[in-house]
Amino acid sequence: MFSTRNFNRSKPVLFILILFPSLLWAYQFVTGNLGVNPIEKLMDELGLMALRLIIITLMITSLSNIKNLKSIVVLRRMIGLFAFYYVCLHFSTYIVLDHFLDMQFIIQDIIKRPFITFGFISFLFLIPLASTSTTNMIKRLGFKLWKKIHYLIYPVAILASMHFYVLVRADKTEPVIYMGIIILLLLHRIFKRLTRPQLVQ
Amino acid sequence: MKILGSEITPYKTYLNRRKFIKGSLASAMLATVTSSAFANHDSDLSIYTKNLNENDKLNSYEEITTYNNFYEFGTHKKHPHLNSGNFKPRPWTIKIDGLVKKPQTFDLEKILSNVTIEDRVYRLRCVEAWSMVIPWQGFQLSELIKMAEPLSSAKYVQFVTVFRPEEMPGQQKRTIIWPYREGLRMDEAMNPLTILATGLYGHEMPNQNGAPIRLVVPWKYGFKSIKSIVEIRFLDIQPETSWETLAPWEYGFYANVNPNVNHPRWSQGTERRIGEFKRRETLMFNGYEEEVAHLYKDLDLTKFY
Repeated sequence: MFSTRNFNRSKPVLFILILFPSLLWAYQFVTGNLGVNPIEKLMDELGLMALRLIIITLMITSLSNIKNLKSIVVLRRMIGLFAFYYVCLHFSTYIVLDHFLDMQFIIQDIIKRPFITFGFISFLFLIPLASTSTTNMIKRLGFKLWKKIHYLIYPVAILASMHFYVLVRADKTEPVIYMGIIILLLLHRIFKRLTRPQLVQ
Repeated sequence: MKILGSEITPYKTYLNRRKFIKGSLASAMLATVTSSAFANHDSDLSIYTKNLNENDKLNSYEEITTYNNFYEFGTHKKHPHLNSGNFKPRPWTIKIDGLVKKPQTFDLEKILSNVTIEDRVYRLRCVEAWSMVIPWQGFQLSELIKMAEPLSSAKYVQFVTVFRPEEMPGQQKRTIIWPYREGLRMDEAMNPLTILATGLYGHEMPNQNGAPIRLVVPWKYGFKSIKSIVEIRFLDIQPETSWETLAPWEYGFYANVNPNVNHPRWSQGTERRIGEFKRRETLMFNGYEEEVAHLYKDLDLTKFY
């Protein structure tokens, strides 16, 4: 049985582990060690990391249904916020490094190119999630409303995986795996709902 | 902007170079090793740089050979460099068939002894909106077409890449339909800019760049420049090409570099030159407008992209 304390104790280690790649890539970028096309590489790595973290937050909710892992849910907020952190870095790389703040071009790009549209909407939907993540906010909104807002994670995950799927030119194995995991996790939630014992009033 | 003329090696220079290469080719054939047939690129870099346009800088040998799209060796840019070590580009033959006087198979060495090897510094623009400047060595495709003696009914040329899944690990997976196929209209194929390249930076063509012989069509997106060619077919109808077959709404048969024709995935208005920080404007026909625009004067380029 893993207790809440066990999971809370692992937080500092997890924090460093998840933060580390961004520091490494930043260092490699600045020192010119990120390959021949560093901006593209940086954007790809940051985006992939963000997508993986989004999927992990969904997994945590499902895992918390297992009796012994119930308290794993205490890790969800931190990982979710890290997903937002990586999405922000990914998005700023696109805006600043890739297109040098050429806003007219960027707006056109977001409107015209479906894969960028998907990614952008996914990013927008993450903003309310991140900004209502504090305990204080949960209290202020009430758990019910807060939970409703946080259902946004489903369109976020689906759009993010579609963003990746459309981007890949030929071998779609990796994005299909991510999509498959997301669908399974969603099905698990639906199944849970349908089989939940109804309260008799 | 004036671009092309200055980038072709002047006749006198390539004549000298041709003599040198032919000479060393002959001696190399005696030794049956051709890898020593080309000069070390470090020692005579000026051969390439003096033919450059003022806005263009040569990409380094490392950049050109470690960042490639060559799905036969894997779908990541670094895969061709990492996974092409087992590929054996010699001996090599090219099969000529279709609408020709006499279908035949040429030994690569035989072709090389009949053509003029020149230096050609070209911009390469990938459909993914990045670009490089590459010093190729090669010969005009028109020279091989003359050797092939196509019939007057031949209107198109199709090219086929080698299929060797045991040497090309990317081919063990059906990411695209193997073998890779490309094609040109006859007048595009005969254009003096179109070359078959056999080397870069004075080295024999590295495996990851399409050893031992590949097409280079500098005014078209990179995927038209098919690598490791084993078959050339002359046809009277427009041939099927790999990317067009896979996603016809994204890739057309012509695939001319055109900043005004949008692509659903990448804006084609700008590009990142590898090694540069800021994007630059993409030029019509990749800057070779003067040399090739006449080929398309009757064609609606937004329809035939």
